[in-house]
Amino acid sequence: MAKPNQPTQPPAKKSKKAVPMPKQEPKVRARNFNEVALGYSEEQALEEAARCLNCPKPQCVVGCPVELDIPAFIKLIKERKYDEAIKKIKEKNSLPAICGRVCPQEEQCQKLCVLGKIGEPTAIGRLERFAADYELKKGVDTPTLPTSTGKKVAIIGAGPAGLTAAADLAKFGHEVVIFEALHVPGGVLVYGIPEFRLPKKIVEAEVEYIKKLGVKIQTDALIGRLHTIEDLFKKGFDAVFIGTGAGLPQFMRIPGENLGGIYSANEFLIRVNLMKSYRFPEYDTPIRIGKKVAVIGGGNVAMDSARSALRLGAEEVCIVYRRSREELPAREEEIENAEEEGIVCKFLAAPIRFIGDEKGWVKGMECILMQLGEPDESGRRRPVPIKGSEFIMDVDTVIVAIGRTPNPIIQTTTKGLQTTKWGTIIVDEKTGQTSIPGVFAGGDIVTGEATVISAMGAGKRAARAINEYLMQKKS
Amino acid sequence: MYKIITKRELAPKIKLFEIHAPEIAEQARPGQFVIVRLHEKGERVPLTIAGYDRHKGTITIVFNEVGKTTKELGCLNNGDSILNLAGPLGNPSEIQKFGRVLVVGGGVMTAPLYLVAKALRDAGNELTVVVGARIKDLLIYEKEMKNIADEFYVTTDDGSKGQKGLDFLKELLSKKHFDRAVVMGPVVMMKTVSEITKPFSVKTIVTLTPIMVDGMGMCGACRVTVKGETKFGCVDGPEFDGHAVDFDELIKRQRVYLPEERVASVFYEKIGGCACGEA
Repeated sequence: MAKPNQPTQPPAKKSKKAVPMPKQEPKVRARNFNEVALGYSEEQALEEAARCLNCPKPQCVVGCPVELDIPAFIKLIKERKYDEAIKKIKEKNSLPAICGRVCPQEEQCQKLCVLGKIGEPTAIGRLERFAADYELKKGVDTPTLPTSTGKKVAIIGAGPAGLTAAADLAKFGHEVVIFEALHVPGGVLVYGIPEFRLPKKIVEAEVEYIKKLGVKIQTDALIGRLHTIEDLFKKGFDAVFIGTGAGLPQFMRIPGENLGGIYSANEFLIRVNLMKSYRFPEYDTPIRIGKKVAVIGGGNVAMDSARSALRLGAEEVCIVYRRSREELPAREEEIENAEEEGIVCKFLAAPIRFIGDEKGWVKGMECILMQLGEPDESGRRRPVPIKGSEFIMDVDTVIVAIGRTPNPIIQTTTKGLQTTKWGTIIVDEKTGQTSIPGVFAGGDIVTGEATVISAMGAGKRAARAINEYLMQKKS
Repeated sequence: MYKIITKRELAPKIKLFEIHAPEIAEQARPGQFVIVRLHEKGERVPLTIAGYDRHKGTITIVFNEVGKTTKELGCLNNGDSILNLAGPLGNPSEIQKFGRVLVVGGGVMTAPLYLVAKALRDAGNELTVVVGARIKDLLIYEKEMKNIADEFYVTTDDGSKGQKGLDFLKELLSKKHFDRAVVMGPVVMMKTVSEITKPFSVKTIVTLTPIMVDGMGMCGACRVTVKGETKFGCVDGPEFDGHAVDFDELIKRQRVYLPEERVASVFYEKIGGCACGEA
């Protein structure tokens, strides 16, 4: 495939539009769990790469939380040097096949791309995925490992923050052990994001790469219960990184919320993604999906839940969101995908109570209409209920996707660890240093629920700080 | 992988496993539970810890073969391994000197209750222990409980041994003052005992094992209403005030997946089930 040193002919006139991502047909994909976006072919990748202007002062890099040298890897794709392109990416990013799929590039690197001023920006994410998939298909090279520093670091949580910190620390030459509470590594990448958006074999492959860097992963290890952070230091670890994420579901606290058929998005997605209940009874974990499903919320998790419900055989799936389409926090791409598949949205409405049948199963949801008032502290206009506008929706399944809060187990079992009133861990922003020497934290456990890539950025910064801490520390 | 060291049948369909899990054994305390996952396609099932031996590095679980997973688990033998075992999870039981404690165990949960009862006795409490089951053949931990009890009763639903039902508790409570009641058993039984102790104002602690998936606070499947507030069985419990729990809601939530349970069991038999139960 790769023909080094063969210059490509730039197209005579650059298109204002990016090469579109090939996808499964909406009607077909709405009934299967296979990946929706199929990825660029070599030709498509070359065509898209040729659009990159290779700016002398690239703005895209500024927008990347993990400081990827974007023009450099795109240039290598242009030159068909795919092996070198992925090597260039992996200098900064250990999870490129994942980031190429789930990063909100339109809010980061691509937002700052110069091409975006006159048309569509370079499709950086799609090119990153192309290079990463190229390598996964070919077989991943075993990286050369640095000489050991003799220092040991414990990472708590094998999600995006923990995996990134682990990879970088291993590259510095430290011995790294990740403690993961669930039975597989990946965190939100395996329990939260669905197969059709991020195939689990991609996560497995990237975790394999991190293991090849020498990182050990111990699953079934809930820190705080199995060992405390204090125990980890006693066991010979020199530093600890906490990347336990925002894994606790929020509920609305309205009447009837504990009826059967009402799931937190977390429960719903854990059953479907982590436990593979879409393959019940071949897999043991069941999931019950009704005919009329309502999903409460408007973020990516709401979109993921709605699209999963459809794939499980629901007849109607409706997203109920208290603001309007404009304020939807989900990625535009995911909203479009959902709409194409036939998900409907009920905007400016919120549930106020659930109605159950005699067996305790949900059969209806009373909602109230909203209008947008003055902007609140988030900068978005605050939804205000319209008196007398109550109405009832027939539903037999409800998925509550209104956000997740930090996991409290570490905070409540670690003496001296300072937290905010929201339960997030207080750190020095640059280093991730917590109130306890040698203990660092990053990702959703610090910021509250955010993105995969921002957690990775935090993991990266903390790894650098941990390295400095370890190298300054005597013996 | 976690190896099974000892397997014993305590009563029909009730089995005891001692499993090699040194890290869990080191930390486990009475009242906590583990999550078991048997194989790559397995579900995550919570089981309350019925014992641990820090020296041997083992934990003990006792379970009733009711669903597909517990049937499959029951087919494993000495030397076989379990793929995943996470724990100890949940808050440990509150152990201190309360005075006179009424300890009521029902069915398979009598096993983990024995661990709690022992700790209560070691803390200096005087114990009145009641061990119950549907029928006399299903009684477990009778001898063990009797040995640590100051006063001991057996009860069965059909009266095949000891007292019939739980009504005799009223008499017991009216005769003696109790400082606390600790109950572990089927939800309906814990509800009944809580209702009996309430008029006597005896603080009653129940151990709830609602449906859960991760067991670490992530899914919220195990939510229970306690004093009008939603709590998670896995991280806020498993012990709750029996006088504050909405048992009726809990009973409904427990039944949510009964049809799927049946499907799973039928599917399991169809693909061959397990060979050991045949004989």
